[in-house]
Amino acid sequence: MNHDRSGAPEAAGETLSGAEIVVRLLERQGIRRVAGIPGGAILPFYDALSQSTRIEHILARHEQGGGFMAQGMARVTGEAAVCIATSGPGAANLLTAVADAKLDSIPLVAITGQVASSLIGTDAFQEVDTYGLSIPITKHNFLVGSARELLEVIPKAFSLAVSGRPGPVLVDIPKDVQNERIVVESWPAPGGRLAAPAPEPEPIAQAAALINAARRPVLYLGGGVIHSGASAEALRLAETAQLPTVMTLMALGAMPVDHPLSLGMLGMHAARCTNLVLEECDLLIAVGARFDDRATGKVAEFCPGAKIIHVDIDHSELDKIKTAHVGIRGDVAAVLERLLPQVEAAERADWHARVAELKAAYPLQMPGLDDPRSPYGLIRAVAEAVGDSATVATDVGQHQMWVAQAYPLRRPRQWLTSGGLGTMGFGLPTAIGAALAEPERTVVCFSGDGSILMNIQELATAAEEGVNVKVVLMNNATLGLVFQQQTLFYGKRIFSSKFKGVPDFVKVAEGFGWQTCDLDHADDPGAALRQALATPGPMLIHVGIDRHEQVLPMVAPGGANKNMIGD
Amino acid sequence: MNSIVKACKSDLAPTVLELDVNNHAGVMSHVVGLFSRRAYNVEGILCMPVGDGSRSRIWLLVKEDERLEQMVRQVEKLEDVLGVQRHGAAHEVFERLEEFFQ
Ligand SMILES: Cc1ncc(C[n+]2csc(CCOP(=O)(O)OP(=O)(O)O)c2C)c(N)n1
Repeated sequence: MNHDRSGAPEAAGETLSGAEIVVRLLERQGIRRVAGIPGGAILPFYDALSQSTRIEHILARHEQGGGFMAQGMARVTGEAAVCIATSGPGAANLLTAVADAKLDSIPLVAITGQVASSLIGTDAFQEVDTYGLSIPITKHNFLVGSARELLEVIPKAFSLAVSGRPGPVLVDIPKDVQNERIVVESWPAPGGRLAAPAPEPEPIAQAAALINAARRPVLYLGGGVIHSGASAEALRLAETAQLPTVMTLMALGAMPVDHPLSLGMLGMHAARCTNLVLEECDLLIAVGARFDDRATGKVAEFCPGAKIIHVDIDHSELDKIKTAHVGIRGDVAAVLERLLPQVEAAERADWHARVAELKAAYPLQMPGLDDPRSPYGLIRAVAEAVGDSATVATDVGQHQMWVAQAYPLRRPRQWLTSGGLGTMGFGLPTAIGAALAEPERTVVCFSGDGSILMNIQELATAAEEGVNVKVVLMNNATLGLVFQQQTLFYGKRIFSSKFKGVPDFVKVAEGFGWQTCDLDHADDPGAALRQALATPGPMLIHVGIDRHEQVLPMVAPGGANKNMIGD
Repeated sequence: MNSIVKACKSDLAPTVLELDVNNHAGVMSHVVGLFSRRAYNVEGILCMPVGDGSRSRIWLLVKEDERLEQMVRQVEKLEDVLGVQRHGAAHEVFERLEEFFQ
């Protein structure tokens, strides 16, 4: 972590309130920006924060928005980011963003105000059991009992969030604890990343032997590769052993998708050839991946002929879904570093010939690539205009899957998407957080007309901050992915997925102070798109999409990956 | 096997887990939450402080189904759990309680 310890004077014996202590600890932690919304039970903290010259507060318009802004910061930097909410409704609003961080292993420190200790358990005004509610959706949580405890809890919260498998940590602080004044004699060290125990050498040697003996191996990269900062090592492993490589939704960007060894994303919306290669592999090397059902399809039929090597920092992921022949517990980067020298260079000409055959026979079909008003054409035109330095966020739905299939993601932490929880409303606030953390980059957020409405209020935050976010709104006047599922799997009984009233999103955005560009009314949509993307500041780009467009191919939920609908 | 242990539903073998944990108000909730949210019944629970009271020991009586290994790994991940040991059903901790459950 990039601790900044230069700032606060370390005067011995300062008398400070709990709230001031939290602010000081955040400063010492190197936090320069937090997102949240004030309210009664967190006001002592806000009062202390107002005196900080080092920490900027981003005023979200909904606590879930604040939570996702922090996620955006954390996802692009890999460091823990902070969101703030008051008790009761504030904390309740925050929970979805926290649960989302849990499922995608994102380091977050959520700080919530709580009613005074003496009132806890009395159904006091704006009291909710934040501690109890957050147990199953956090890596760990705290209900702080005294100002003194904060000196231990806050650094520990950061350390827990970033160490091992990252995740969200919630710190619930009663109002009286924020107001309690104590003498602080000395400050604890900021909480940093604790090194994971070194991996055992035996399973690594066994894994190397399996790789060296395999005839049809496939490398399967998951989000853990991104979190561990192990993309370079993964690429070296793939290149040394000549491993065809698939990525989960969370791992996109770990290997450039247009690398000759890349087969792109596996699973429900993979190219047919990708799932068919997995069908034929004799060794699956899972690295920082957790055999999610969207990736594996029907587990019993996933990679039927393969032995499995599974590398994960989280012991409980090994053997959870699939029993591994070799399970290696450890940080992905550390494991790959030790594995690499034992892996023999290979050619695998026969296997690559077979992979090439499958790729030629069953490629991803992307109709309309040259039309910037069709899904794939739009996504490719955006990518071409903004280049590899741009960050790409999405909401959840068809648009998300089209981007996952078609966007040429080439670097780790370029891709921000809600994978595990699949939360509509993720895109805009996450993009804002990413843009605040890395102002030098353009952040593109692909969204749908359903998803954008779930956190539309954050258009105000974006305008206020002047962030360089481009929302590409793919408007099919439909909850598209639901419409698609009803079309394919529910006898075309379309119900509650078509909007009868659709807002004028261009006017809405303008009302929030955004610049807009409507490709539906552009004479030269390609040029209009390029110009809009090159204009600094918040910009909404609106594109009408036919609601009958589908994300294909597709594995029916619960089906085996080899049986895909569509070509 | 005593009557408490025998009273457990189903024919799966009972197992006793011994957890060393920090002693504060949330720990029990963290532990049992892992089981309840997976619909994994905990047949018996016993918890008392040990030493100076900063730690507790929790004894759990559970059925040994195929998820037990996963459960143990999940329990081991909890920040407040300092150690987990598995014992067979023969462990006497629950047997001694028999007189309270007549
Ligand atoms: C918060 C939330 N509610 C419901 C869903 C279920 N869901 C998944 S995709 C989807 C439709 C998304 O519609 P839209 O944002 O317009 O995107 P499109 O599929 O049309 O591209 C819904 C309702 C969800 N993922 N998240």
